[in-house]
Amino acid sequence: MSINVLALLSAMLTIATPLVWAGIGELIVEKTGVLNLGIEGTMYLGAFIGFLVALRSGSPWLGLIAAIGGGVVAGLLMGLLTVTLGLNQHVSGLGVTLLLIAACEFAFRLLYTGARPTLEDKFQVLLPDVPVLDQHWLTYVAFLVLAPAAWWVLRATGMGYRLQAVGENFEAADVAGISVTATRYVALMVGGALMAIGGAFLTLAVLGNFTLDIINGRGWVCIALVIFAKWRVWPVVLGALIFAGTDALQLQLAITKTFSDIPRELMLALPYLAVIAALAVWGRKVHYPASYLQAYRRG
Amino acid sequence: MAQIRRTSSGHHRLAALAGTAALLLAAACGGETGEEPSGGGGGGGGEELPLIYGVFATPLEEPWDGAIHSALQSAVEDGQIEYKHIDNVSTSDAMERTLRDIATNEQPDAIMGDAFAAEEAVRKAAAEFPDIPFAFGSGEKPVDPNMSVFDNWLQDPAYLAGMLCGGLTKSNIIGVVGAMPIPEVNRIVNAFVLGVKETNPDATVKVSFINTFFDPAAAKQAAQAQISAGADVLFAERDGVISAAEEANLPVVGMMVDQKEEAPKNVVTSLLWNVRPTVDAVTEQATGKPASEDLGTYSFMKEGGSDIAPINTDIVGGVPDDLVRQVEDKKQEILDGSFTTPVDESAPKGSIDVSQQ
Repeated sequence: MSINVLALLSAMLTIATPLVWAGIGELIVEKTGVLNLGIEGTMYLGAFIGFLVALRSGSPWLGLIAAIGGGVVAGLLMGLLTVTLGLNQHVSGLGVTLLLIAACEFAFRLLYTGARPTLEDKFQVLLPDVPVLDQHWLTYVAFLVLAPAAWWVLRATGMGYRLQAVGENFEAADVAGISVTATRYVALMVGGALMAIGGAFLTLAVLGNFTLDIINGRGWVCIALVIFAKWRVWPVVLGALIFAGTDALQLQLAITKTFSDIPRELMLALPYLAVIAALAVWGRKVHYPASYLQAYRRG
Repeated sequence: MAQIRRTSSGHHRLAALAGTAALLLAAACGGETGEEPSGGGGGGGGEELPLIYGVFATPLEEPWDGAIHSALQSAVEDGQIEYKHIDNVSTSDAMERTLRDIATNEQPDAIMGDAFAAEEAVRKAAAEFPDIPFAFGSGEKPVDPNMSVFDNWLQDPAYLAGMLCGGLTKSNIIGVVGAMPIPEVNRIVNAFVLGVKETNPDATVKVSFINTFFDPAAAKQAAQAQISAGADVLFAERDGVISAAEEANLPVVGMMVDQKEEAPKNVVTSLLWNVRPTVDAVTEQATGKPASEDLGTYSFMKEGGSDIAPINTDIVGGVPDDLVRQVEDKKQEILDGSFTTPVDESAPKGSIDVSQQ
């Protein structure tokens, strides 16, 4: 049995990257008491728009900017439904996901029927010859900039306190002069942008092309990670690493002689089982943001 | 604690939104329909062309249904048929409803599609309309009087691709990334392994599955795990593997269509499925009378139903002339019937010593 530890760590960081981007995006939104089930569709939109613009312009950078724009719009749409109209968050989120995925697939069909377009120029890995550090810049930024920044903002800035105040007690926040509506909109837009970057990472960095179903449930994994993390930044990162590490491990184990006889389905389920096990151990006594799932109306 | 404040209008809004969501869902499930007018009107003798309706469970972007769709389109271009289609009919009940609706309202001369996700539903609809030939991709048997089946029997090109990979590997380790261990995938992987054995009895084949038809990022990770375990030639049963091969500068075999364009220095060949002979057989039923045939053999290499793409000798490291000749000789044997690729649909293991096969 041979496990290549360096390749394992490298794969873990790559697999975890979209989860860290989108997971932190979801965390920021949920901090204000809004559950954004539009995450799967928002990641899909980011992957598609990023790809589309990068393909047309020849620049993955423009693709990334477009993806961010798309994520912001998806956040605004979610805000319109859940904040302005005060609709049920579950229904709105699932509706947004269905709408965005269907719209992207429709557009892809109209534009590229039967073709398999590939980007001429995608993001390349930095340090391709150094084990483990052979990652995309978006991976570096996710772990070294985004996570610490999100942690710091939530913990030590006025913006972070306003997010939490709205999430924990929106009436008190309103009385204190914090606009519940504006705070939730900002969180949804920022969160949407981060989710879209997570999706665009797959098309602009990992693959250089777009296929249907490209997100394949990664958004739902992020929803679980945020609950597992009890709405804290570093545990989201840790959860993403556990999931990704287990996934990378099963990919290596499944092709060794020793594990060759173990049913594939069990091996493929390992990352999910790991997250469920982690939830069972650490995920108890979850304290949800007190205004979770609730629309705010004055009076 | 904060409390929920719902106004009565909130309830109306909720209902309205639920309605919108339901509509969206219906739209998402309903798929696209398309119509392809026949291009053969020019030289026509006034005879009406048979209408074949394509009913596909997945979006056309899925390579399997895409192959059926392009074969039907090529028959349209040749002036053989008229063709309409609907795709993404993803559930069993939607399949049954759609088939009944099309059979009643469109009165096609034949219906073609894939039944893997809805074997029962398709058979039920076929029984209700015995005058319309139904020809579906299926893992089961034909049913009298009008339900024919076909499948992608790609064991021949898989065997030839295996021979190529066996001859190309220097580490004696070859990686295969497939969708999931189902018969249609298993028999391709198993034939590939036998092909490897013919040119390289010392090789080991590593087989990974991603358990879904679309997840190129996962397929790429699986391929990279194989590369880290020493694989230096890959077989991309799924999308995403070619990208890993290109980055690691290794030879790779593509699937369903010639994928050489995606990585001209890496894609050595691709397994090709040509559904046209199957479509022609269905057209014959459409103009004649319904039958219950197993059309599977129309996908065999001998019948022109499958092939490998021209071997790309410009790949990294090149392809030895001897190896090309060996593969071409074997192809000849398959075509003249002196060699028949064994069909084995058992699930392959994760690590296979080809000498023990």
